[in-house]
Amino acid sequence: MSVGEKMYCGNQNRVEETYDVVVVGAGHAGCEAALACARLGLETIIFTVSVDSIALMPCNPNIGGTSKGHLVREIDALGGQMGINIDKTFIQSKMLNRSKGPAVHSLRAQADKADYSMKMRQTLQETKHLTIRQAEVSDIVTRECGENEIEEKRREIIGVKTVSGAFYHSKAVILCTGTYLGARCLTGEMISHTGPNGLMAANHLTNSLLLHGIEMYRFKTGTPARVDKNSLDFSKMEEQKGDERVVPFSFATDPESVQIEQVPCWLTYTNARTHEIIRNNLDRSPIYAGIIEGTGPRYCPSIEDKVVRFSDKERHQIFIEPEGIHTNEMYVGGMSSSMPEDVQHEMYRTLPGFEHVKIVRNAYAIEYDCINPNQLHATLEFKKIKGLFSGGQFNGSSGYEEAACQGLIAGINASMKILGREPLVLDRSEAYIGVLIDDLVTKENKEPYRMMTSRAEYRLLLRQDNADLRLTKKGYEVGLISRERYERICQKEKWIEEEMRRVGQVRIGAEKRVQQLLEDYGSIPLNTGTRLTELIRRPELDYQKLAPIDPERPELPEDVAEQVNINIKYEGYILRQKKQVENFKKLERKKIPEDFDYDNVPSLRIEARQKLKIYRPSSIGQASRISGVSPADISVLLVYMEQMWFRKKEEVKEGKNGAEI
Amino acid sequence: MKTDTIAAIATAMAGAGLGIVRISGPDAVFVADRVFFEKGGRKLSETKSHTIRYGEIREDGEVIDEVLILLMKAPRSYTREDTVEIDCHGGVYVVKRILEAVVRNGARPAEPGEFTKRAFLNGRLDLSQAESVMDVIQAQNEFALKSSVRQLSGSLSRVIREIRAELLHEVAFIESALDDPEHFSLDGYSHRLKVIVNNVAGKVEKLIASSENGRILKEGILTVIVGKPNAGKSSLLNSMLGEERAIVTEIAGTTRDVLREQMNLNGIVLNVIDTAGIRDTEDVVEKIGVDKARQYLEDADLVIYVVDSSTELDENDFDIMDRLVGRKVIVLLNKSDLHAKTEEEELRPFLEKMQNGCKVISVSAKEQTGMDELYKAVKDMFFFGELRFNDEVYITNIRHKTALENTLESLSLVRKSIEEGMPEDFYSIDLMNAYEELGSIIGEAVEEDLVEEIFRSFCVGK
Repeated sequence: MSVGEKMYCGNQNRVEETYDVVVVGAGHAGCEAALACARLGLETIIFTVSVDSIALMPCNPNIGGTSKGHLVREIDALGGQMGINIDKTFIQSKMLNRSKGPAVHSLRAQADKADYSMKMRQTLQETKHLTIRQAEVSDIVTRECGENEIEEKRREIIGVKTVSGAFYHSKAVILCTGTYLGARCLTGEMISHTGPNGLMAANHLTNSLLLHGIEMYRFKTGTPARVDKNSLDFSKMEEQKGDERVVPFSFATDPESVQIEQVPCWLTYTNARTHEIIRNNLDRSPIYAGIIEGTGPRYCPSIEDKVVRFSDKERHQIFIEPEGIHTNEMYVGGMSSSMPEDVQHEMYRTLPGFEHVKIVRNAYAIEYDCINPNQLHATLEFKKIKGLFSGGQFNGSSGYEEAACQGLIAGINASMKILGREPLVLDRSEAYIGVLIDDLVTKENKEPYRMMTSRAEYRLLLRQDNADLRLTKKGYEVGLISRERYERICQKEKWIEEEMRRVGQVRIGAEKRVQQLLEDYGSIPLNTGTRLTELIRRPELDYQKLAPIDPERPELPEDVAEQVNINIKYEGYILRQKKQVENFKKLERKKIPEDFDYDNVPSLRIEARQKLKIYRPSSIGQASRISGVSPADISVLLVYMEQMWFRKKEEVKEGKNGAEI
Repeated sequence: MKTDTIAAIATAMAGAGLGIVRISGPDAVFVADRVFFEKGGRKLSETKSHTIRYGEIREDGEVIDEVLILLMKAPRSYTREDTVEIDCHGGVYVVKRILEAVVRNGARPAEPGEFTKRAFLNGRLDLSQAESVMDVIQAQNEFALKSSVRQLSGSLSRVIREIRAELLHEVAFIESALDDPEHFSLDGYSHRLKVIVNNVAGKVEKLIASSENGRILKEGILTVIVGKPNAGKSSLLNSMLGEERAIVTEIAGTTRDVLREQMNLNGIVLNVIDTAGIRDTEDVVEKIGVDKARQYLEDADLVIYVVDSSTELDENDFDIMDRLVGRKVIVLLNKSDLHAKTEEEELRPFLEKMQNGCKVISVSAKEQTGMDELYKAVKDMFFFGELRFNDEVYITNIRHKTALENTLESLSLVRKSIEEGMPEDFYSIDLMNAYEELGSIIGEAVEEDLVEEIFRSFCVGK
């Protein structure tokens, strides 16, 4: 008997429908997941507790930022939607870290939240094979499916049930419940059992997941107050403008289309008075009073946390960001809090420019149920339940971009499974998405996970500027990238390669106009002739600047020139990382069979054996990243697998001989 | 799988008349050619496989030893890779020098069990041997870890930890600024970092220099002298060393810390540790010494248990004897110059528990009698293989030194990036490499250190 199935069997008065894929939740993960499945031709239904909150941005009004901008670009190169839609709905944009190396340049756009949400809703509505449904899913329904020799019995998904009793059959289910599962919001002593922004929480599904033996965590996050723009005095703040020339997120967006009039953000600071108010009221903060049980993210600390943990800091920066064009609400970035309402009123008022502030929505902390992601394969399918996938904050991450990219991967892999095709797993050397998912499923994750550039060990190769070169072909193979975009990327590759070859052969003499150009850029003049590549590598010069002394240079698109410049300028470092990647790949390629029995391997240390049995890594490489597995354990595994392989070969040989006789 | 070139010492280090350094991997011949010089100048690369050449190992023009060199081309070697064996005169010093020279010229010190692992993975060993291969890898690794952690002197690991903390803090700062450019500015940072890197490089250089003289790890048989207070342990150490190194008084509990000395017994290196007398004590300082003594007792290769034969066995003795079961022990009945109250007979119940037998020798550390018999007993145990000799320490030392040199190299790359005006995000790559290299010495993996440090030290985030 299936879990959940029993309950509906006797009741014929119910809605019953059949789809290929059910997506639970229509946030940033759910939308990407549903779009991917539907675009690949699968009948898909997406559930949300409120159709008005599709692709809601309940926290910061921006998309991208350091390393998150990389994720959006990667989503775009694979055929996801986030980049395209933010390009159409942003109100300010900035390339961060421009003065630093190309690997850490990151795009961040302020969104018009309502517009973004509406745009995504339209995209869903206009997509074929996609049904939007407002209902709360209360149960996942599964049945037994054969026995795994090693683990307990495995199950497979057959559909979901809603609170009203309706049953939706499906071949795959993708859980993207965000912060809605068992949610409760806290503002000081006031606790309400709602999801973000006062929306309905989803209170039933957790129980069904627990019944299926899924290990749940309880995480916490928070958001600052929204304040009335008309009550602020901007003359006391510093204006923060966007870039003069905006770079779009999507590789498919026409760069001219994003040169719009932008809206400014504002910068102000906390002060001694702010900090004093917070300190005096710490006992009323649910976190410090011990009311909150969830684990909060350290990178997104509440202002209480900042004041307590960094008590020597005299002030903290506060960014005032518009929530959109048609709203008077402003987001008070850097000041999330779970203090009681009266304390919030008092503390916000201490900021310069906030003397007469009116709060529109209070700051609050939110607690929610999510899973321990070590229960997932890197495909984002549950190890124990076939056909059940998940993405986003439900997987213990944090952030719109982190959610969206997981949703996309979960959607792609659910589709690949149904279509009987190879799954898409990106590794740590291919994409930030690969780093993110590998970290989630391989490492112990005790707080909401946020992407950071420092988490990517090969970040010189994983730049936002080459996401298209890295991933467009994969998106095309999956079927989410058009033929046209595919051909464009092939052409781009060709141009880059040819131009690199040409530039490598160009020699520059110490002629007068060369010396003049060098002088103009404050570069040391030449004694003798040199290679053009040598000049490009000088910090004060680049490929573009040297155009006047490179008469043979063909006319090339800007993005091609950019790649040529970066590849030449940082060649030494790039080559070093490529070499590291080669070594990394060797271990990644050594696959471990899914039903591998670690108890049969002699000489594994107990700790390693336990960890390996929990994580069930898919490759030796992944095994080597599990904490508690030593290099010697890895050697032992290699030797054992080699032995297995020999045995198999011997058996095959013997079998053949037998047949011949 | 790994295709680099490795080297290790293939023979027991002490007491042997011959030493073998083995090199395996694609560059084995190339590496050997850089240190091996034959009369007539013929290169090894011009030599046929499975032949023996005679010549000298030299480094920087200095002759280290006369050697025979054996070339085995792939696949006809133990590891099925190109393999070069350098047969030299035994003796710890020469063998180590040769291994170091080989490592400096392109080979990497082998990991524990790595030759065997390669032999297996290259299909050289029989399937039935797989299990023992796995055991060897795990055992050698544990041994290496244990010896590394155990013998790494406290001050050295402290210095390495300090340097690592300093490096990590800088990387965390850079990364915080990259992550949150609106909160942290890197203006002028490269000048500050250069000073820090120079300073750290200086410290690492000092460590390398000191590793040339005193080894990083104490090599030799870890020999621990135990006994109850005032049994004469320190006198014994002094007479073994032939000098007054330990303070000897008649007051029980004089030795409060542990004293380490190295001595050479006809080629067998003993790393001798004199411990505080083991007894229950209320004295805080003495208690620390006693706890340490118990700790060393756990780790010892050889225990010399000193019994004061002029007194009767007491509960402190019984406590010690309980801890000695299963260990390699020599019992000394000390103070044979005084009237004996304890003789071999009294030790009988204890000796019966010692399965492999246990030599009991009467000595007088004060009068220097019986010492020859003690030395002979140690030598016998060694040559009859009862004492397992910790060869791993030698290669661990070389691994550590290589790691220090790699650290220095990474730091100089940071300096180079600064001088060439590279953006700041490039610094953290090599700083992190240096951090990892240092971590390999004290046996610490990187894991999530960086992210932890960013959150601990810098107020990042929305």
